[in-house]
Amino acid sequence: MTQLQEVSVDDIKHLVSERAQTGETMLLNMGPQHPSTHGVLRLLLELDGEIVVNCLPDIGYLHTGIEKNMEAKTYQKAEVMSDRLDYMNTVGNNLAFCMAVEKLVDLDVPPRAQAIRVILTELQRIASHLVWLGTSALDLAAMSMFLYCFREREIILDVLELCSGQRMMTTYIRPGGLWRDVPVEFEAAVRDIVKTFPKRIDEYEKLLTKNPIFLDRTLGIGNLTKETALQYGVTGPMLRASGVDWDLRKQRPYCGYEQYDFNVPVLPEGDTYARYLVRMQEMRESLKIVEQALNKLPMGSVRSDNRKFVPPPRSEIGLSMESLIHHFKLWTEGFLAPKASVYSAVESPRGELGVFVEGDGGPKPYRMHWRTPSYDNLQVLPEMVRGLLVADLVAVIGSTDIVLGDIDR
Amino acid sequence: MGVEQKLGNMGVVTTSLETAVNWARTNAMWPMLFGLACCAIEMMSAQASDYDMSRFGMELMRASPRQSDLMIVAGRVSKKMGPVLRRLYDQMPEPKWVIAMGDCASCGGVFNNYAIYQGVDEVVPVDVYVAGCPPRPEALIHGVLTVYEKVKGEKFKDLATK
Amino acid sequence: MNEKLEPIVKALQEKFGSMVEEFRGEVHVFIKPEQIVDALTLLRDTYSFELMSTLTAVDYWPQETPRFHLIYQMTSLSNNLSVQIRVPVDGANLKVPTVTRVYANANWREREIFDLFGVEFEGHPNLTRILLPLDFVGHALRKDYPLGYEEPQFTFNFEDIDVRKPYAKE
Repeated sequence: MTQLQEVSVDDIKHLVSERAQTGETMLLNMGPQHPSTHGVLRLLLELDGEIVVNCLPDIGYLHTGIEKNMEAKTYQKAEVMSDRLDYMNTVGNNLAFCMAVEKLVDLDVPPRAQAIRVILTELQRIASHLVWLGTSALDLAAMSMFLYCFREREIILDVLELCSGQRMMTTYIRPGGLWRDVPVEFEAAVRDIVKTFPKRIDEYEKLLTKNPIFLDRTLGIGNLTKETALQYGVTGPMLRASGVDWDLRKQRPYCGYEQYDFNVPVLPEGDTYARYLVRMQEMRESLKIVEQALNKLPMGSVRSDNRKFVPPPRSEIGLSMESLIHHFKLWTEGFLAPKASVYSAVESPRGELGVFVEGDGGPKPYRMHWRTPSYDNLQVLPEMVRGLLVADLVAVIGSTDIVLGDIDR
Repeated sequence: MGVEQKLGNMGVVTTSLETAVNWARTNAMWPMLFGLACCAIEMMSAQASDYDMSRFGMELMRASPRQSDLMIVAGRVSKKMGPVLRRLYDQMPEPKWVIAMGDCASCGGVFNNYAIYQGVDEVVPVDVYVAGCPPRPEALIHGVLTVYEKVKGEKFKDLATK
Repeated sequence: MNEKLEPIVKALQEKFGSMVEEFRGEVHVFIKPEQIVDALTLLRDTYSFELMSTLTAVDYWPQETPRFHLIYQMTSLSNNLSVQIRVPVDGANLKVPTVTRVYANANWREREIFDLFGVEFEGHPNLTRILLPLDFVGHALRKDYPLGYEEPQFTFNFEDIDVRKPYAKE
């Protein structure tokens, strides 16, 4: 087992200011195990009293080697690992993977599958924002928000369990469409959500938006200018709260998003309060999209007919020899991808989630790289917290909405 | 006819010291916050509204290891995190118990590669393993109740020889 | 190819003599390692490619020339374009100039490539390991580094694996 590393000030003197070496400022470890760092993140803080002079994030405590492990599995098996990257947005990770694989092998997706994919992804976006709201309010000591948000999240997880059998790691979205069609109770459950959630979001806004303590702790804290955000590759609600109108669902529509009518909230201030308002408004827009998709849900099949990539239904296997052969080939070897590379991106609740796949003519990916949004969102943290108090640092980390599984992969 | 029949009226209960100590330990066991990855979210769900763990004595989670007696290792433990986990386990005061929650903590789970410990029992000794990826909150509560049964079965002579 | 992208690709080809590939609507431009800082500065200042989406590498071992391809995925928000720059790196000479002065998010991304592949970036302010432990030996994502797995335990090999597994003591 590796031993714990002791690092002295001389080792890192090129990263901290000169005042640290004389002892005028203190170097403090906000360690991997901490209630407010939202996962295993280690921050090396240089403090002058209570004010943060510099902050160095240290990541890698959750490094799982998923990219190398995916090279050893076929495309269908590698999708199972993709859920576990950004574990708040599991359906979105499956969607990003499937879109990249479909682009690589040029596979079509029927319109009913596209509409159900949109519904589940937007529900997952609401669930992810609810967890963000609950945990960041918990950091600011608004404890009842945590309990309310998790209560709503259970309702959304019930819908996911209805479709796929699993609450979080569903793997319901597969290359070529979905695993199987949604059950009959799905529509009633989603309509119930669309009817009750707007009032619940209004309740949360009533608790926090005009609350003087909340305003005191978030207004004007953690400013991120537009130029700094673009230099550091920040995307998602953090970029939109700094005044840049860039949402992949509108600029590069995928999965049929161009049919739905929704707005993208953009605010110019760039502080913690602006990020809070952007995410709250995004939850309402997601509900609008879910309602439109549910009303327009077309009939038809949910998986593509291309039997080279999509397994045939069980009923066909007994009747046709080709179906049996296709089933056998897909289960033993997997489908073959061309010797080329693609990059395909979706809009996750945190920003641009991109997948770079390179195939080599065989059934396993040669290289699979995930462009995860929290990696760049965290890199800009030192720029946002210079000169703030330690308590403000906690609020700013909460507003960046990082997930460590995303960063360390 | 004896003292036993009057004891209830006087508000006195007799039992053995072992049972009393074990009962006290189970009814207010405080877990240490050690959520690493996806299982941490299910652990938070188990603590929150629908599946309330406070009913079983876990009213709050302590962030400091010096004030807790149960460590729920929820999530995958990477090679960089292993020494940190061992140090936190050493900082917990006796008596302490460990639950390995989820497949990654029990046996390495989906990830059989260079970066993850194949089971957290390579780093700390484990009392109860809870399977699932991630385990439902009800499964975690079942694991916690299994720890309670183990505690209730502990005898003083085992502690003396440890 | 998108018609707004054609003049940009033509400018890159004229200035750097690069090869261009197209696949499924994407454009891949090959640039040599010593030209990469100029190419990215040109893209950022003249053609407003504000965002560097990602920077990663692919290993083509056992082929040594080139051994790695560095992939720079550039996005332009104002014109809604994206282009992929590929830099072939020789197996014998693993040094590439850094682009942290052009795009700030290359800082951690280049550290990750150094950590997992072993490609060195000249001029980087702090080139140390970022994801793997600091005393790790080797570069994990190279093709000649093993995946490193433990055999699955079935009943016939359960005892053998159990005896060799390093269980923790109190």
